Amino acid sequence: MTKIAIFDYGAGNLFSLKAALERNGAQHVFIIHDMKNLDKFDGLILPGVGNFDPAMKSVEPNKELLIDSIEDSMPMLGICLGMEMLFDKSEEGMLEGLKILDGDVLMLPEKKVKIPHIGWNNLEISKKETKLLEGIRNSSWVYFVHSYYVSPKIKSIVAAKSEYDIVIPAVIEKDNIFGTQFHPEKSGNIGATIIRNFLGVCAKRK
Amino acid sequence: MPLAKRIIPCLDVDDGRVVKGVHFAKVKDAGDPVEFAEKYSQQGADELIFLDITASQQGRETMKNVVRNVANVIDIPFTVGGGIKTLEDARDILLSGADKVSINTAAVKDPLLIIKLTSIFGRQCIVVAIDAKRNYNNNGGGKNFFKNDNEKKKYWFEVRIYGGKEGTGIDAIEWAKRVKSLGAGEILLTSIDADGTENGYDITLNKAICLTSRVPIIASGGCGRPEHMLDVFKNTEVDAALAASIFHYEKSSIDKVKEYLKKNGIKIRI
Repeated sequence: MTKIAIFDYGAGNLFSLKAALERNGAQHVFIIHDMKNLDKFDGLILPGVGNFDPAMKSVEPNKELLIDSIEDSMPMLGICLGMEMLFDKSEEGMLEGLKILDGDVLMLPEKKVKIPHIGWNNLEISKKETKLLEGIRNSSWVYFVHSYYVSPKIKSIVAAKSEYDIVIPAVIEKDNIFGTQFHPEKSGNIGATIIRNFLGVCAKRK
Repeated sequence: MPLAKRIIPCLDVDDGRVVKGVHFAKVKDAGDPVEFAEKYSQQGADELIFLDITASQQGRETMKNVVRNVANVIDIPFTVGGGIKTLEDARDILLSGADKVSINTAAVKDPLLIIKLTSIFGRQCIVVAIDAKRNYNNNGGGKNFFKNDNEKKKYWFEVRIYGGKEGTGIDAIEWAKRVKSLGAGEILLTSIDADGTENGYDITLNKAICLTSRVPIIASGGCGRPEHMLDVFKNTEVDAALAASIFHYEKSSIDKVKEYLKKNGIKIRI
């Protein structure tokens, strides 16, 4: 019985994420508002709709608990904003990020392309061994909706990239920490495979 | 690398049923929203848009259920619009399972609503819908005038609200610039003149807005054949093309339209 927790910071579209997890084999999906009992779950998702500061404000009181769980090898998937929050800081807000990963979140440059980056773009897989992208072919289409991107200090954590005027890290993978700049729950069959891969990691950890 | 051009079926929903109007009136019943959503998603739609065209209080409750049922079965993004006036309305719809909300009349009445919504939900989930109609009278408001070779009189594009029923005196080109600067993530641009005619998109309108507002634009109104989509993608910088009747009445299917566009050199997700 894979139990997944989705952290609710008040602005996210949690319903379709929950539905996508259930369609792809998660037996129990819980929406949580604090992280007191994270050890009950097999995996945690930080969802991807909202704005940096309000989202950070709601995660802040849970920061220590979250970091403890991640260090205790809890699989964690940050989607879009949920991934951005793992870094040091963001140009979208004034508050500090979770500082779980080194690097900053920057605004997409608006020179040649329209911002936000909304739509279907191709994945260029850059890491050979990736649990999250197992079975995903190069150039697969995934759905992006964002105005900011992550710039990790350690480039080897980037598992896949996408190009939108500049090169954007699209998938981050570091041990039990996973992140996608795009929305797997909105990316058709490709996204479904990614969700199943994450659930597979969660099931193994038990 | 440019993004794939998106093909977006639109479902006008009235009290839980899909309907399609001609020139924003004469409503015909066309079926169950969840069935349509499932079918379109399987055929390769890049996104879906639901417009709640009644937006009565009772209709709004029905709509939340429709949104929930749709979110359960599809794995592509979808937008819901119609009757969203406040932060609470937007939150209700987003929490029912929509990825984006589209606001129209409420944004014209209170432009600051765009800022309020984007500061909470992020600009990428706020779509501003603009319904524009050619106005041939120079009765104030018009700032950008157009006249094509085959047209006798010059005109400007006026923003209309309440489902196209009421004029505002606001120039659509200026309004698009303003909503972009207020933080709208996308503009859903409907030509009232073209809507329901199946004679093609209003190229002049779409071109003009794309040139002045650097924000993703969804062209809407007038699609009757795959050639119309090719036309709007070739001649304007729109990012997506919306259509309803061409798909509802099965004149063509999404996969056929996408094959056709790809064959003609448009970047398409297949």
